[in-house]
Amino acid sequence: MDIDKLSVEALRDGIRDKVFTSEEIVEFYIKKIKKEDGNINSYLTICEERALKDARIVDEKIAKGEKVGMLAGVPIAIKDNICTDGITTTCASKMLEDFIPPYDATVVKKLKDADAVIIGKTNMDEFAMGSSTENSAFKVTKNPHDLERVPGGSSGGSAAAVGARLAPFSLGSDTGGSIRQPAAFCGVVGLKPTYGLVSRFGLIAFGSSLDQIGPFSNNVRDCALALEIIAGTDPLDNTSSKNIGSTDYLTGIDSGVEKMKIGVPKEFFGDGLDPEIKASILNSIEKLKGLGATVEEISIPITEAGLSAYYVISSAEASSNLARFDGIRYGYRPKEFEDVYDLMEKSRTEAFGEEVKRRIMLGTYVLSSGYYDAYYNRALKLKKKIKEEFKEVFSKYDIIISPVSPVLPFKCNEKKNNPLEMYLADVYTVNINLAGVPAISVPCGTSKSGLPIGLQIIGPHFGESTILKAALALEGALK
Amino acid sequence: MSYETVIGLEIHAELNTKTKIFCSCSTHFGAKPNENTCPICMGLPGTLPVLNEEVVHLAVKAGTALNCKINKLNKMDRKNYFYPDLPKAYQISQFDTPICGNGLVYIETPDGQREVRLNRIHIEEDAGKLVHMEYEPYSLIDYNRVGVPLIEIVSEPDMRSPQEAVTFLRNLKAILEYSGISDCRMEQGSLRCDANISIRKAGQQEYNTKVEIKNINSFRELQKALEKEEKRQKQLYDYGEEFRIVQETRRWDAGKGKTVTMRSKEDANDYRYFPDPDIIPIVIKDSIIEDVKKEIPELPKQRTERFMSSYELTEKEVDILVSDKFLSDYFEDLVKLGVDKKSACNWILTDMLKLVKEKEIEYEEIPIKKEDMASLLKMVADKKISVTAAKSVFEEMFNTGNHPEAIVKEKGLGQISDTGAIDEIVVAVLQANPQSVADYKSGKTQAVGYLVGQVMKQSKGKANPQMARDTLEKKIKEMV
Repeated sequence: MDIDKLSVEALRDGIRDKVFTSEEIVEFYIKKIKKEDGNINSYLTICEERALKDARIVDEKIAKGEKVGMLAGVPIAIKDNICTDGITTTCASKMLEDFIPPYDATVVKKLKDADAVIIGKTNMDEFAMGSSTENSAFKVTKNPHDLERVPGGSSGGSAAAVGARLAPFSLGSDTGGSIRQPAAFCGVVGLKPTYGLVSRFGLIAFGSSLDQIGPFSNNVRDCALALEIIAGTDPLDNTSSKNIGSTDYLTGIDSGVEKMKIGVPKEFFGDGLDPEIKASILNSIEKLKGLGATVEEISIPITEAGLSAYYVISSAEASSNLARFDGIRYGYRPKEFEDVYDLMEKSRTEAFGEEVKRRIMLGTYVLSSGYYDAYYNRALKLKKKIKEEFKEVFSKYDIIISPVSPVLPFKCNEKKNNPLEMYLADVYTVNINLAGVPAISVPCGTSKSGLPIGLQIIGPHFGESTILKAALALEGALK
Repeated sequence: MSYETVIGLEIHAELNTKTKIFCSCSTHFGAKPNENTCPICMGLPGTLPVLNEEVVHLAVKAGTALNCKINKLNKMDRKNYFYPDLPKAYQISQFDTPICGNGLVYIETPDGQREVRLNRIHIEEDAGKLVHMEYEPYSLIDYNRVGVPLIEIVSEPDMRSPQEAVTFLRNLKAILEYSGISDCRMEQGSLRCDANISIRKAGQQEYNTKVEIKNINSFRELQKALEKEEKRQKQLYDYGEEFRIVQETRRWDAGKGKTVTMRSKEDANDYRYFPDPDIIPIVIKDSIIEDVKKEIPELPKQRTERFMSSYELTEKEVDILVSDKFLSDYFEDLVKLGVDKKSACNWILTDMLKLVKEKEIEYEEIPIKKEDMASLLKMVADKKISVTAAKSVFEEMFNTGNHPEAIVKEKGLGQISDTGAIDEIVVAVLQANPQSVADYKSGKTQAVGYLVGQVMKQSKGKANPQMARDTLEKKIKEMV
């Protein structure tokens, strides 16, 4: 039996039915990580002792015949910007190299309540800023399909860990594509939920009005299961929605796409799109048609302004969110300093990486008096408009289909020194965050060179059920 | 030349909530440093603020009590600046959507009552406190105050003298206290005041350059700081050197009794305000505004009118009582407990205020329960103890918080109305003071006053003075 080929559901059932123990599964994964992650660098922290202890607790519960949670004994990897009580949470930054939160993020608490076992924390672009995971202060994660290429980002560690089968599933965060793009690059499933579906409490903020936590998995059903566990209204997060509807995404997930109306926006198939990706997406659309869906070309012209609005809003919020890292209470502190302002300045100068500094400067600029209306306020208006236009589209269509990334996984260092080109990698994903709607990235083929290609299914607010149904249907059709 | 002074105030009042504005930490004053903190108010990464609804409620109440228009659609904004006492490096405040606008406070001036308009009231969180160590190369930080809810009340520049500013602040404070919005303790920092002041020629319409004064910690300091700054500016105008008045923030140094430059306009921060994405807009329903209206208790203005018409007190007495809610409540409760209104007022305004001043405590800290005070004054009214004895019992009550009955018993201060006992003392006093007896007999009847005094002294104040006088007169007549 290949343990690493087993789905989350199969692992959970096997542990519950005593086919194997949680301890055995955790041990297997830790051994595999130790053996293989040296090439991939998906993990920043491995919680060996803690995970084995937690696994044994689940095994004991099962041995005693006690009731266990929906993820009983299954190991999970967590992106290192999600707070874990007692476990270092670094955001892949020198600033938080030694930061150990005294609290769990709400999603972590929910995973623990479901008896999942946290096996480690994964690498990422520093403070989730980037599309290649090359901006980590600690290591560069590699694409498991081609070690010379990037895994995407910012949740590159979480995507690569699942893609390399170094974890059955994982959590990432998505502000402008940080779950979907690495999922596409690593050939796994990744879902960015509706803004407000999953609590942000304990997620170290980047762009607060856009950030959402979501799962990575090797199949659509596991993605639905993980989402069910982490979704829910949270009194600790004022932006978490109070009307989220049913979170039982597995029931009826296999009801297919018959009579589903699919919109395909032409703006997402423009000049910059790699022809292999385009072909693969069009092929998938044909498959869905074959399953009974109706497909129409649509136009959402405003989305062309999305990228600019996204970089203004996310950087503005980031410049304020990251201001608290001043070396006074926790985090990096220089050895020598003159006075309190020198302490703050040196802490930030020495501990933040280039990309983080770039966004802080951009964000500070767009919020400055005299520029606020020209940039930030205009971007907010665009965001509102984008949200309205997506709503309008979803009054006529059930889902929208598009590529995730205009390009195939690129080589390490290829775009590292060209921030603008790097920002263009987010062109198909950012509008979804601005609109606050959910989207899933599902593998839909491979390039001639063997690199994975992802397809994006976008749904209306709280339409997770619908996009999961379509994703499952496509997954089946492509097998 | 004739000048006119123009003053506007910005007041920060801590709201009377049990917990902080965005977390469940206590707002209790006087805790050990950093005891009232948690990951949320400390702004640890990943934590999020959730607005305490009571804060909105109290802010609406403040707006209602201060005759404001309540803005129904509210949002919170981030005010960004770096300072070690501000853990998130931004203060959550309100920028362009203050919860209340256009208020009014009435002030009494030598020329009669006038209105001071309020520009706005907004909600925000407080910052921590730096403790600078003398001769040490470091400072300490106490974050207990971080996240304590505040309202900032901004007046229009409608005051024309330091005295008017003080009156305005007193009236405002009384209204906030009466409505239970803030306990307004300036010495604890739960009421803070910054003042803007400028001078212009009498009759001039436009305002001249204003100066902001910070670090004012009492009414007296407000008056002094404004007088000093008013004098400084007038002098500069007199000498034609008014260009030296620049828009700046000056710090009041109470020790030196002067204002000194803190920062100029050029050093002003660009706060980069923007809507806080962590807090969804707050919509205040009409029903809440209506409910709050019903919660507004009797305010100082109405109470003054009622006291004047129902208690036969002088205007001055009413002013002092009503200036403080606790004091006027205390007075009314004594009257309700059966104490004569004149006597209740006299005891409060003389004896009680004297001790409050001596001990440097707040009215709220007066250690005598109203019930105990009422029994003491009843004992006096029933002539169970003399007024003299009552004063010493009162002091004892103030110092120990004990019941008056217990003190009277313990000290044996009960008034002597027993004829035998008084006879004995009277005989002794008459024997010891033959001259006074002779004076009385020769027609100087006022000599009996001295003798009554001696009887009181001998009895340690316990003798019933009227009985003493009667007995003395009777015994002297018998001696003939």
